Amino acid sequence: MRAAHRHHPGYLAFLAHRLSGLALALFLPFHFLFLGTAIEGEAALEGALAWTANPLAKLAEWGLVTLLALHLALGLRVLAIEFLPWRGPLRLWVGLGGGAALATGLLFLAASAR
Amino acid sequence: MNGGLLFLLQRATALLLAPLVVVHLGLILYATQGGLSAAEILARTRGSLLWGGFYGLFVLAVAVHGAIGLRAILGEWTRLRGRTLEAVTLAVAFLLLALGFRAVRAVVGVP
Repeated sequence: MRAAHRHHPGYLAFLAHRLSGLALALFLPFHFLFLGTAIEGEAALEGALAWTANPLAKLAEWGLVTLLALHLALGLRVLAIEFLPWRGPLRLWVGLGGGAALATGLLFLAASAR
Repeated sequence: MNGGLLFLLQRATALLLAPLVVVHLGLILYATQGGLSAAEILARTRGSLLWGGFYGLFVLAVAVHGAIGLRAILGEWTRLRGRTLEAVTLAVAFLLLALGFRAVRAVVGVP
């Protein structure tokens, strides 16, 4: 019974929001360092970009875009719960948030494969 | 650090970040079509006051938002408390600010 709350969509939304935020925070310094290579000029940034051509980096990029979209969607849910009188059905919101994130990830895959 | 102030700062930066993230995601989807090149990225950002201001604001908001978010996670899921937790929070915020502004400077080209 103690772990029953863990199957609640609200808990899953909380956990997904927190873990996606943690992953994004850990990724950010590397993202900034990567872009910072442009200080050395265009060739240095191009060299860094060449590294992202490998499939593992592509997979990571897709994951990060999806996590950013997910964190945004679930963050909007938190703001709505805290600041708006309106309460949407929880499962619907969680589903919409997850769906929007997945759609963004798929759009990213389609765009980068072009 | 004052818990109420941190709560407000976290929500204020979230409100600020929401539209910035939507634009950033849109730009990612637009810019990655056909692959990314340094020339393409820098042609858009170099000397652009608009993108410089946009990403400068983004860095400021994300440094505050990320540091407060990590503080909440560390406070609940680890044994970090008190001054150590405050020091880690400030260190994360300054690291994100320093690296973030360096990245903006690098792509916008402000001396």
